[in-house]
Amino acid sequence: MKINQQTTENTLTLSLDGELDASSSVLLDSELTKPEVLDYKKVLIDCQRLNYISSAGLGVFISHLQRFQDANVKLVFFNMQEKVHNVFEILGLDALMTIVPSEAEATAL
Amino acid sequence: MKNAIRISCSRHNLKVVRDFVSAYLAAYALSDLQLNQIILAVDEVVANLIIHANHEDESQFLNLRLGVDKQVFEIEIEDDSKSSYQPSLYKEPDLQEHIRIGKKGGVGMTLVNRIMDRVEFTTTGDHNVCRLYKRIV
Repeated sequence: MKINQQTTENTLTLSLDGELDASSSVLLDSELTKPEVLDYKKVLIDCQRLNYISSAGLGVFISHLQRFQDANVKLVFFNMQEKVHNVFEILGLDALMTIVPSEAEATAL
Repeated sequence: MKNAIRISCSRHNLKVVRDFVSAYLAAYALSDLQLNQIILAVDEVVANLIIHANHEDESQFLNLRLGVDKQVFEIEIEDDSKSSYQPSLYKEPDLQEHIRIGKKGGVGMTLVNRIMDRVEFTTTGDHNVCRLYKRIV
């Protein structure tokens, strides 16, 4: 799993590249735990190169969502592959998290 | 095609297991969605056994054996940990509550139960076997 970062004044974009499982999710958790993440208005997760997610990866997002909401930081996923989106759907997480098709739509939110 | 594998209880072996299942099922031309679901269910059980049952003790091993019979995928996952999973204690998670309290875990077996057609856990002494079944199309 590689995580690339891009920042603008208000937005942090994390591009995930690889497989997010019980081994690699530790790295993502460390990134999202950094206090400066809450300085942005939006955290966008680019999932184009995210090929796999397990419950450990989902758990990282679940565990940070309330913290983000409390700090008025929007967490938005975009470019998600169908098989990864399907894992969110199986749990009903697609209804609890903001997932949009494209970066343009994520940026416009 | 190789239908059995033995791995030590390191979470780095999760990728090895996923590749093993994926390679075996390549001959069955499953959809991306169904292939990913089966791989995910196996990954979740194996992760639980490595992390929770065997505490990532690399001197402990899991034995996996899989096959397809009459269009039903079956996998057996064996270990010798003293703590066996108790399916009777399973509770459906309240995801909104998980979000509220920032809970990281507790949804893996939900994925397994929702994906697979049948999930069995048996224990004889210190020997535990998990069997997962899924009709493939």
